[in-house]
Amino acid sequence: MAMDLKEIEALIKEALPDAQVEIQDLAGDGNHYSATVTSSKFSGKSKIEQHKMVYNSLKGKMGNELHALAIKTKE
Amino acid sequence: MDQQVKDLINNEIKSNEVCLFMKGTPDAPQCGFSMAISNMLKILEVKYKGVNVLADQSLREGIKEFSEWPTIPQLYIKNEFVGGCDIVKEMYENGELKKILEDKEIKFKK
Repeated sequence: MAMDLKEIEALIKEALPDAQVEIQDLAGDGNHYSATVTSSKFSGKSKIEQHKMVYNSLKGKMGNELHALAIKTKE
Repeated sequence: MDQQVKDLINNEIKSNEVCLFMKGTPDAPQCGFSMAISNMLKILEVKYKGVNVLADQSLREGIKEFSEWPTIPQLYIKNEFVGGCDIVKEMYENGELKKILEDKEIKFKK
């Protein structure tokens, strides 16, 4: 029940190719991350839609393999 | 999703102006993220209903499908999904949460 930082980054970039992604392993346990995602694709979208785009890029892993990912989105 | 679960969720968000789906209860949150939103609402002295998803596995899964949101906690204000922990925290810090409460005519400590 853990995910590699690089794997998360790759999934987000696959869905949002222009994204700048900064990920931190908060607890060092491969289970609690924070991600700051900057993408032009967020422009004109609500925060909820932006976060959903990030969740969707993780293809259902959020809440399963990935226990906690704090997300911050920027345009 | 089970119709019964859907009805239950609809009933909670319609009958409670501010409704927080959380792990644990407002008095005893079972997860740091649920506690964080709970505390923000307490600081703002907002009257809210905490719905403990840990008490019901079908509700725990159902609310994710209902909101199309994969994580808990989830905050609803007047029937509208506001966000999870990250978004609500950001809105609390930049003043947007107060603005929503004001716009939706919810009583809170200014």
